[in-house]
Amino acid sequence: MRGCIVAIAAIAAASQAAPAAAQGTIKVGVVMSFSGQFADPGIQIDNGIKLYMKQHGDRFAGKKIEIIRKDNGGIAPDVAKRLSQEVIVRDGADILAGYDLTPNALAGADVSAQAKRFMVDMNAATSIVTTKSPYMVRTSFTVPQLNEPLGGWAYKSGLRKIYTLVSDFGPGRDGEAAFQKGFKDAGGEIVGAARYPVANQEFGPFLQRAKDAAPDAIYIWVPGGPQPAIIAKTLKELGIDPAKTKILSQCELTQEEALKSMGDAGLGIITGCHYDYKHNSRMNKDFVGDYRAEFKRDPDMFSVGGYDGMHVIYEALKKTNGSTDAAALVAAAEGMSWESPRGPMSINALTRDVVQTVYIRRVEKVGVELVNVEFDKIDNVKDPFKGPPQH
Amino acid sequence: MAAETIAGPHEFLHAQARWHWGEIVFWLGTLLPFVLVPDYLVLASQVAIAALFALSLDLILGFCGIVSLGHAAYFGVGAYTAGLVSKWGWGEPLTGLATAAFAAGLFGYATSFVVARFRHLALIMITLGLGLVLQEAANSASWLTGGFDGLQGIHTWPIFGVLHFDLYGYTAYGYALAALFLIFLLARRLIHSPFGLALRGIRENGQRMPAIGASTHSHIRTVYTIAAMIAGIAGALLAQTTETVSLEALGFQRSADVLVMLIVGGTGRLYGGLVGAAVYMVARDQFSGLNPQYWYFWIGLLLIAVVTLLPDGILGGLTLVARRWRAKP
Amino acid sequence: MPPVFGVLFDGFAYGMLLFLLSVGLSVTLGMMNFVNLAHCSFAMLGGYVTVTLMNALGWPFFATLPVAFCAAAAASGILERAFFRRFYNGGELEQCLLTIGIVFVSIAAIAYIYGTDQQPVQLPNYLRASLHVAGLSFSVYRLFLIGIALMITVLLVVTIENTRFGARVRAAVNNQRMARGLGIDVDRLFAITFALGSGLAGLGGALAIEMVGLDPSFALTYLIYVLVVVSVGGLGSISGSFAAAMVLGVSDIAGKYYVPAIGSFLIYLVMIVLIMWRPAGLFGRR
Repeated sequence: MRGCIVAIAAIAAASQAAPAAAQGTIKVGVVMSFSGQFADPGIQIDNGIKLYMKQHGDRFAGKKIEIIRKDNGGIAPDVAKRLSQEVIVRDGADILAGYDLTPNALAGADVSAQAKRFMVDMNAATSIVTTKSPYMVRTSFTVPQLNEPLGGWAYKSGLRKIYTLVSDFGPGRDGEAAFQKGFKDAGGEIVGAARYPVANQEFGPFLQRAKDAAPDAIYIWVPGGPQPAIIAKTLKELGIDPAKTKILSQCELTQEEALKSMGDAGLGIITGCHYDYKHNSRMNKDFVGDYRAEFKRDPDMFSVGGYDGMHVIYEALKKTNGSTDAAALVAAAEGMSWESPRGPMSINALTRDVVQTVYIRRVEKVGVELVNVEFDKIDNVKDPFKGPPQH
Repeated sequence: MAAETIAGPHEFLHAQARWHWGEIVFWLGTLLPFVLVPDYLVLASQVAIAALFALSLDLILGFCGIVSLGHAAYFGVGAYTAGLVSKWGWGEPLTGLATAAFAAGLFGYATSFVVARFRHLALIMITLGLGLVLQEAANSASWLTGGFDGLQGIHTWPIFGVLHFDLYGYTAYGYALAALFLIFLLARRLIHSPFGLALRGIRENGQRMPAIGASTHSHIRTVYTIAAMIAGIAGALLAQTTETVSLEALGFQRSADVLVMLIVGGTGRLYGGLVGAAVYMVARDQFSGLNPQYWYFWIGLLLIAVVTLLPDGILGGLTLVARRWRAKP
Repeated sequence: MPPVFGVLFDGFAYGMLLFLLSVGLSVTLGMMNFVNLAHCSFAMLGGYVTVTLMNALGWPFFATLPVAFCAAAAASGILERAFFRRFYNGGELEQCLLTIGIVFVSIAAIAYIYGTDQQPVQLPNYLRASLHVAGLSFSVYRLFLIGIALMITVLLVVTIENTRFGARVRAAVNNQRMARGLGIDVDRLFAITFALGSGLAGLGGALAIEMVGLDPSFALTYLIYVLVVVSVGGLGSISGSFAAAMVLGVSDIAGKYYVPAIGSFLIYLVMIVLIMWRPAGLFGRR
């Protein structure tokens, strides 16, 4: 306790790195992966940020909002911590944002709590992240938030025996736990479970084992990248027909780039997700149109994390009249609710985490392209696994 | 005649061990960041940690000829040990360092039996394989290591009870720098000793050494264990100053990075690792600040330039320049 | 037929892909001891050539394969002549640093031109079909891959064993100094072999897209697997690379089928054990 006080005094003394807001600029430090194997989500998040600022201007109450970008380069919490510290100490950032990967977000949370800066988690999807700093909100999703309702929905749709196959690292294991809980609580039976190595390229053995167990459905958790397309193609090669043995997953299995690579092998795959670029709302159509015009590609779930993150920052600043005091911004963000390109969403006042609609979609052929068609949804889903806040 | 030849080797070692004025300038220079660039102290502390890690690799690579692509294993073992000790309630930094050194040294000693028996590509691939296996094991044992999310709950107590770890990094840099300097002194002592000479003999021609009575395998095991301990200390420093540890502390990327730093600086010179770490990390930081998406490109060009213009690393190039300058009539 | 045969078939196909990617590095490493860590950058180049020709210019898949080979061969030939030559007598560490630098530059350049997302290719439908035989499904694409790889293996072995060129290559790998002494132009030989090896890698990269995807990090991801195959197989040995690729591909797959929890461990443990047993590789000479 005494240590904390001394540390705070040191920081207060050191904070003659006067918050930039005093001088007429509000600086937002964005710490994310712009290079390496996690570069693509980082770039999409950044595009979301850029688009919001283009649409809403970068001036606010006479002050300019400036984004300072720092590349984390992948999973590197020591670097994330250093970059978060540097963006505050060297560049005078008032707000921290970004954080695409959980280990990096956890490290950034420490800095947010220590230096008392408002922080917006625009992607990292593990439940505990928001508990690590009292000044943090999340605008993306959590893995349990998407997968537990999917489990419950699976039972309701008539499936009774499911085999789960997930990637053997944090988010994959979270997905496995959440889906199994949702499915078992509703009354279903898990007939088998396996985990594949994170860098796996050969899914034949795993999917063959799943097929051997003769389930009603196979639940898969896979991160973005080359693996979704490989999985879909392997399913086809092994003769597993998604129309007969349902394939259930989170967003990434049927993301746009995956659908392009897998072709017709993806027809019939069912996913639970919070955003698709084909979502049928006026706001989303405009959003996608502007996004395409600006960046020559379609937005995805990462883009909305960045876009809505900026929305929270702008709206919170409006409520605090431009003050960047962390406690004030967080209070302003708690309970905020608005219409996003993904649908209605809000920030839970107690947990500071995102609450949104989970859509159940199936891959179908519309015209010549493959799209995720939303055919069911679950509204106002909170993160189910929230533990007690640690700060 | 006989008396002179007996005194010869010791005088040689003494002469080598004398402090060059350049070294004193270097170490004084490491104090400059405190006054010149206090905004960069957190980066400086991570440079010091990388420098210590590179120093440990230099002991086995530069002085003994053992090319390892898995040296991060010991860094990671040290980091996780220090992290776990702190997580389980004992956050005192110095004893944490000692515990980490012990654990890493033990692991180094165990693996040294395998490492000592192989050379060239086989050795590189075995060290690579061991590193990858360890990373997989750490991922699987997520109940212990925290897995992908990393180790949570690390809290480092103030050093000597008074020096707190602040946001600016004054304490972190001071701590890391002090550790680097002290261990450097020990390494220097080791190199400028008969043991150090034997290592160089092994590097030059390992098969001949037993013929002059130096046991190759036990020397290699000893230096490998020492290098593992030092790498473990570097890992522990990182865990304590950042209060985070994740799987990439043991990862291939880290092993590859330290190898690159050492080659850039120049192997077999003790200071090569330090200079290489400073240059590589500062360059990376600056490039990625200027161009977060494509800084890889500039770093690649830097590496190509160093290899083309300064074979034998930066220190090799400086030595060449110094020699030519001295040779001018 | 028990399903494990279908799984082993997959492993065999994967092993063939690894073989195509690795054989070039094995021969050049064995001949000139030049550590070319940028080998997989040429593979990546071949992949992106195929993607560009198919997506931007509408070429059919098969027509792009020879171009991928030639592009990678040409690029490596130019780099070798203009640049790498100077480092043949240098240390291995310098070669490592140089080629790592080239890998970084290539990754950044590709990311800049093509972006960081996955590159899709639309193969003709008959290539994406499956053959159903004896209760098992065999992917047509994998059959195609195995066919091409076997053809190339036969071609390589015939060239190495039965042609003068092959004899010179064997001589240079065996003992470079003697080969020079006998009047063999080792430098020119190496340039040709280097280009051929990189060309094969480029072909491998093009063939890999459908099986494992393509993005700028390909150059680094596959480097580790290629190094494993080369070191287990033995430097300078085509049959060694073939055997190593087979062993590793099949044991990886079999391990994952029977004991999924063993995951990636098996391939690394197999590698460590094999190298400890045969430090020079299964068919290595030195």
